[in-house]
Amino acid sequence: MPAVVVNNIVKTYGKKKETTALHGISFETAPGELFGLIGPDGAGKTSLFRILTTLLLADSGTASVNGLEVVKDYKAIRRKVGYMPGRFSLYPDLSVEENLNFFATIFNTSIEENYDLIRDIYVQIEPFKKRRAGKLSGGMKQKLALSCALIHRPDVLFLDEPTTGVDAVSRKEFWEMLKGLKAQGISILVSTPYMDEAALCDRVALLQNGKILSVNTPAGIVDDFAWPLLAVKATSMLPLLHHIEKFEGAVNAYPFGEFHHVVMKPGSTAVQLQQFLEHKGHAGLIVKEAKPGIEDCFIAYMKN
Amino acid sequence: MRTLKFLLQKEFRQIFRDPAILRLIFIMPIIQLMVLPWAADYEIKGIKLAVVDQDHSEYSRQLVNKITSSGYFKLTEYTSSWDASLAEVEHDRADIVLQIPPHFEKNLVKEDKASLFMAMNAINGVKANIGGAYLGMILRDYNREIRTEWIQFPRFSPEKQIEVVSSNWYNPHMNYKFFMVPGILVILLTMVGTNLTAINIVKEKEIGTIEQINVTPVKKYQFILGKLIPFWIIGLFVLSLGFIIARLVYGIIPVGSFLTIYIFAALYLLAVLGLGLLVSTYSTNQQQSMLISFFMMMIFILLGGLYTSIDSMPEWAKWITRFNPVSYFIEVMRMVVLKGSSLADIKYHLLIMTGFAIGLNGWAVVNYRKRS
Repeated sequence: MPAVVVNNIVKTYGKKKETTALHGISFETAPGELFGLIGPDGAGKTSLFRILTTLLLADSGTASVNGLEVVKDYKAIRRKVGYMPGRFSLYPDLSVEENLNFFATIFNTSIEENYDLIRDIYVQIEPFKKRRAGKLSGGMKQKLALSCALIHRPDVLFLDEPTTGVDAVSRKEFWEMLKGLKAQGISILVSTPYMDEAALCDRVALLQNGKILSVNTPAGIVDDFAWPLLAVKATSMLPLLHHIEKFEGAVNAYPFGEFHHVVMKPGSTAVQLQQFLEHKGHAGLIVKEAKPGIEDCFIAYMKN
Repeated sequence: MRTLKFLLQKEFRQIFRDPAILRLIFIMPIIQLMVLPWAADYEIKGIKLAVVDQDHSEYSRQLVNKITSSGYFKLTEYTSSWDASLAEVEHDRADIVLQIPPHFEKNLVKEDKASLFMAMNAINGVKANIGGAYLGMILRDYNREIRTEWIQFPRFSPEKQIEVVSSNWYNPHMNYKFFMVPGILVILLTMVGTNLTAINIVKEKEIGTIEQINVTPVKKYQFILGKLIPFWIIGLFVLSLGFIIARLVYGIIPVGSFLTIYIFAALYLLAVLGLGLLVSTYSTNQQQSMLISFFMMMIFILLGGLYTSIDSMPEWAKWITRFNPVSYFIEVMRMVVLKGSSLADIKYHLLIMTGFAIGLNGWAVVNYRKRS
């Protein structure tokens, strides 16, 4: 049985339904899978999460979590899922321990019962268990929120942008924790605006303006990238970009770190581009082959 | 049950951890009850009086003496020039000008009649009205005194004198504090019930915890009871604190039984808690709920019979007061505290308040949704 099934979900906002957040999207995630929803702000990630966690009603389409229908079986779903919203939403005036205890109790369980599941995460914040949740650092809050979402041993875990605004070290740690949870058999649906995190998921869905661009494994998405990709660098980068755009053999060009990435038409070569740019008088020119990443794929999908 | 117990435990923990709320719960009733009853007094004293005495006679002096010794007036100016007294009014140093014209005494004795002139500064309408009435009363009294003095037949008084003596039932000394303190207690209870509840729930909306609760199996009734019960208890606590202050500071001991008051208060709190809940379901942040509560409190207070008698309101305003839960409780409080009414006397109030409690809570529960 799939962990999450989304079937042609449409969600609009506003009195006249003038803003469409989700344009009839569909996908499925397998049990025990770490599934990533990758997309920029406003792609519709949070709306989808709120529909799946029974907080929001979709305009049309169906969705189910662990075989339970989100509209009809919402009560059963609430017992089975863990949800960590994008914003820290625990009680800031209760201590770490009290927050955890509270959420354990309202799920009719106790910290002791499911301690093994959260142990790896909770040991890191246990030294501060008497501290009020509002006084924790950002990374600590994240861990506490994850512990609270896990305390009732959910079958499916929904994490809405868990790493936004968290430093690089904590982000890495967080993904390690997710891998640990996956090993315990929990299906995870995680959203992130960071393309580099997509590679850490089993499968990802690329989401843009409420539409799914692609659903695939990270490797599969990269493999689908059909065009040759070049990385180009010179001393003056802005005129360089303008000149590349004039090159007939290029499909698309965009800044990418210290290089510009250039998507080439099949048949055009790096040498042709190099000659074209040398002709324009660029100094310090480097043109090399580049391996496409998820971000390149994302941009290519958006362009089409 | 276990869930509800934990929800309550969490709620009380949060309330007792918020020093501002805690202070408010304790200090608000104390200050309001200590200060307001002293200030909210309908008797107007210290009316500034300017006397233009152009007669300077024995009688004029007697009259001025009588007026100032009444205690209501403060003689701020004693002059013989009208213009000077008018200047006093213009500078707001006098509220009423009393002009005693020349030959006042002579006319009174010889022609058996004399006139006086009163001018009131009507910018403060209440003061002008009541001041004028007081002054008129004193003048009438003075008039009668002179007459009795002149008539030398004490046994067969040719002038018939009907003296009206009024006696104030239930509050013989017309002590306004007896009247105000129960009313202020009601307002306090309303504020605790409505504002605190509304803000508390809206705060959960603001920090997002309500969503976290909504994805749990916690039932709607558990969550709502978890919010209502703590403030119901706090409300009854504030009421008790208020009665202790009323007893210690003002010596007010309800003539009726405390049981009657507490039964009605328990029901009343349910109604206003429902109102608070209702406000919270319609507002998305604390500012909104504060503004709504503030707006309602103004209407509740001004159309609740605390300061102005409902009986003297126009018919349409009376209709509004019938939809104001505060007006019922103020009436019940005064009935029980001053008159000693029993449960049987307030049965209609109880019935109406039950209606309010069911109506407001029902509306709020229907409007509170765990999902949008």
